[in-house]
Amino acid sequence: MRPKSWKPWALLAPSMSAVFLLLVIPLCFVVVYSFWLRAPSGADIPAFQFGNYAKFFEDFFYPKILIRTIRISFETVILCVFMGYIPAYFFYRSESRYKKAFLLLIMLPFWVSFIIRTMSWINIMGDSGLINHFLLKIGLIQSPISMLYNEFTVLMGLIMYLLPFMVLNIYVSLEGIDKSLLEAARCMGCTEWQAFREVTLPLSLPGVSAGCLLVFVLTAGTYLPPMILGGPGNEMIANLIFKRIVGTLDWPFGSAISVILLSLLFVIVWTYNRYLGINQIFKSLQGN
Amino acid sequence: MANVTKEKLDRLYEAYKNGTLSRRQFLKYLGLAGATIGLVGSPFGNAVKEAWAAESIRFDGWGGVVSEAFREHAFKPFTKATGIKVIDGEFGGMDSYLTRVKASFPPGGEFNIAHLSAVFDYARYAELGFASVLDESKIPNLKNVMASMIKPLRDITKGTLSAVPYDLGQTGIAYNTKEISKEKAEKLGASLLWDKGLKGKLGSWGGDHRTNMWYAALHTGQSPNNMTDLKAIWAALREQRSLMKKYWSSGAELMSLLANGEIYATVAWSGRVAALQQEGHPIGYLSPKGTYSWMEYLFVLKGTDLEIAQKLLNFMLEPAAAIAVAEGQNYPPSLDPTKVKLTEKIKKMPAFDPTGKLDGYLFANPAYWNANQVAWTEKWDRIKAGS
Repeated sequence: MRPKSWKPWALLAPSMSAVFLLLVIPLCFVVVYSFWLRAPSGADIPAFQFGNYAKFFEDFFYPKILIRTIRISFETVILCVFMGYIPAYFFYRSESRYKKAFLLLIMLPFWVSFIIRTMSWINIMGDSGLINHFLLKIGLIQSPISMLYNEFTVLMGLIMYLLPFMVLNIYVSLEGIDKSLLEAARCMGCTEWQAFREVTLPLSLPGVSAGCLLVFVLTAGTYLPPMILGGPGNEMIANLIFKRIVGTLDWPFGSAISVILLSLLFVIVWTYNRYLGINQIFKSLQGN
Repeated sequence: MANVTKEKLDRLYEAYKNGTLSRRQFLKYLGLAGATIGLVGSPFGNAVKEAWAAESIRFDGWGGVVSEAFREHAFKPFTKATGIKVIDGEFGGMDSYLTRVKASFPPGGEFNIAHLSAVFDYARYAELGFASVLDESKIPNLKNVMASMIKPLRDITKGTLSAVPYDLGQTGIAYNTKEISKEKAEKLGASLLWDKGLKGKLGSWGGDHRTNMWYAALHTGQSPNNMTDLKAIWAALREQRSLMKKYWSSGAELMSLLANGEIYATVAWSGRVAALQQEGHPIGYLSPKGTYSWMEYLFVLKGTDLEIAQKLLNFMLEPAAAIAVAEGQNYPPSLDPTKVKLTEKIKKMPAFDPTGKLDGYLFANPAYWNANQVAWTEKWDRIKAGS
């Protein structure tokens, strides 16, 4: 008997409606706005022109911020991979009865507001913060070291925010690896390191690449760490969009920058899909 | 309510599982229950309840100690006296608030009264069509307000008022008295913000081109309301950028940076500096000649229930309430000192004028600054970002 074709659509309808209402329609608005003009008072004037896009590329100022965003995103991804693989591997290999508690610790930061977590670095790394206070107390330094408001602190804020996403992706991927494969490799004469290099690492790559994509996209669109922990010259593209839309009421130009960022991310995701396959993400989520 | 609803749903589900309720009926009851929860439960429940409430009005202000003063000394007593609830919102900057007002539907519709800063903002809101027309006969306490603060508003809205003046303040210079002597600060004036000896220890308000250009004008010996050499202004701001540690984005961040010794000197809102001084921090306040002064208003947005708004404005202009708010937020009130007896604390606040005429105070010229806002904002953004 032919199955009723409307059933899957009926089941999908709520989520598809949500995506359509909350993502597709606002995105269409953003695209339309990007062709509009802005009056000096802040009022928007409906139009169809490419002036906002031309403005973005007319000199190197805006592309430079975009390039900085991409560079910081790559740096964040690389650091997250190195810092995330080790704990994920530890959880995978751990036989401890506290393993679930460790995993819970990874989720713990999500229980605290992102802003609070970011702001807390000011109390740790500030001139009168914990580190300087300690170093002054033990006499190692005579005056506080200026540690905040630079690219390093921005990276630190981003890693703090995104590391759990990387750890969880890698862990889910590792958890899907059949441990008997490792035993087989060892039986066939592999050292522990060789077994890791030849078996575990290749099989965990879908999780790594899924984590990379997620971290990259989230970094490119975030604005809080640069705003709170960055200094002059550490602005990222999302800060520019925020400033244009919220700060100067220039919605058309802010929309044009958003569309440019979205297009760039689309190209990156497409390239990723072309060479690595977007299905790797689903594979990793399913534990291979 | 949540528990009762859950129990009822459990019973409903049990009946359905037992076969005493058809699937169609079960789904119907489930839908009705969902709609009920959606209307009266959280997260929308509060909004619906507030909409159902007999009388309420929304007020948006600057947050932090300023909003706290309004809440304690104006809104709570007002609600107690009239039964009208004041829904208290906050914003971090004038432009960001205007964005939210524009984005509301209908534009401005969700918002009622805003604590706006400076006449140029009053002009912007009026230009965008958000101005209401107040019935001044319903605000008798307006007679106690300085005429010098009312006149600029009438000039913009052609004799009518869309707001009542409420307080005034300054954006002066705050400095750490442990690191910078009073003599040095007074000698350098605005140029303190360009002192190379303070490299990496200076701050400024990143969100406002006016404040930064204003002090660059003072530093380069120009009139802030008529800058004839813009190249010198941009050059000064570029030079200052290389000395900056942080462009702050809110009053709370300003206070935190100063209190924690992250920065030693910055442009600063006089009321926030007073609040830091009251907390015992070693922060001095400098208002060099030509200091940026501003007047603040309680602006009533178009579409607001004027009866309620006027009632609240009149209550807030009662000398007792206005004085208490002024002392709480550390900004002098708009009350004319020649008509109303003010406290000693208020008389010592920066920007207080015992004559009530505000002669010699330098305010931003709305026509001059608004006409150049787009170009200058963009230029400032570029300089701030390192261009």
